[in-house]
Amino acid sequence: MNREEIISILEEVKDPEIPVLSISDLGILRNVELLENEVRVTITPTYSGCPAMDMIRQDIINTLKKKGIGPVTVQQVLSPPWTSDWITAEGKKKLEAYGIAPPALAHTCEAAGRDEPDHCPLCHSKNIELISRFGSTSCKALYRCKDCREPFDYFKCH
Amino acid sequence: MLPLSSYIIHLADNALILGHRNSEWTGHGPILEQDIAISNIALDLVGQSRNFYQLAAKKINEASPERVAITEDGLAYLRNAGEFKNLVIVEQPNGDWGKTLLRQFYFSHFQYLQYQALCGSEDTDLAAIAEKSILETRYHVKWSSEWICRLGDGTTESHGRMLKAMEALEPWVPELFVAADYEKATADNNQGVDPAALKEDWFNAVNPILNTATLPACAEQQALGSVLSGKDGYHSEHLDHILKDMQYLQRTYPGCEW
Repeated sequence: MNREEIISILEEVKDPEIPVLSISDLGILRNVELLENEVRVTITPTYSGCPAMDMIRQDIINTLKKKGIGPVTVQQVLSPPWTSDWITAEGKKKLEAYGIAPPALAHTCEAAGRDEPDHCPLCHSKNIELISRFGSTSCKALYRCKDCREPFDYFKCH
Repeated sequence: MLPLSSYIIHLADNALILGHRNSEWTGHGPILEQDIAISNIALDLVGQSRNFYQLAAKKINEASPERVAITEDGLAYLRNAGEFKNLVIVEQPNGDWGKTLLRQFYFSHFQYLQYQALCGSEDTDLAAIAEKSILETRYHVKWSSEWICRLGDGTTESHGRMLKAMEALEPWVPELFVAADYEKATADNNQGVDPAALKEDWFNAVNPILNTATLPACAEQQALGSVLSGKDGYHSEHLDHILKDMQYLQRTYPGCEW
């Protein structure tokens, strides 16, 4: 089993809060190393208090174990810090298809001084309004489409 | 304890105690979205404190390998009030929504400046936590600043309540900028930050927002001799009550896990 094969197996490990995104899509899988006596997987949290990290750690170990890979250690690094720019282009497409508006690039948000979705992920209208800067998880804000009237999550620039 | 370990515990305690205070709003927020907002901020702060406690435990254990190893949980759950080094302002009771928001506004602006300076710390572990946390604090600053404007420049009732909140929190502002010994020592080593150096930027950040909110400027006062120094373990009675709640389970069932 080589490193690429292990990375491809880890596609099965999803974010428990956004089950369409794998940890690679989300950009929190930082490294996989094949050491002499173990496989070492390095991950980084999205937000400091993200309660999903312990679950993701366990999912990585279980998923690899099922394929007969082990022992596995999962280490967490903070630097360089995760930002929403670590979400892959593929990940952003999956988010939109799931009904969550994907984040703009962080530098674009900073330059424009605003952080908002481009359009409603359900009906694609640009006629939208903010309901709450904080949504169901730390990484999301809550919006409403003024055309189709549906509320939707926006994955914030971070 | 080495000054750097004390300093990291100070940073951790600030985040944990304010995170705990904010979590008291969970299920009691004025409207659902804001209940979620303050709960998420609580989560950010508790998460930050966890990173700091892990780092402090690592440094303490490395410095005294002969002693029984300290853990992040031990630091959070098994110390007494006198051993906590948080600022007195973060342990103040929530009061109404206005007082909670003013406390968050004052603290987040301070924490933002502190983290900004800590990103350049020569201790790379500490710098990494600061770089991670500042992205979250940026949001806390924005959110609390918007609320200050909304409440200050709101109704007669909300404006009056903000004035009362300013009066209630005023005595605890000077402590932000008076360096404890461990802050001076770590600042001298380019590991920590001397909070006195953040004072001017802090007033320059909060006062224009208070002005927009039609509230008076936060008065710059000298720290009085009688002002408590939470940084050195001298707290108001409120901290004891927080710890009674927070530590109950670990104190009653030592080592309990679930």
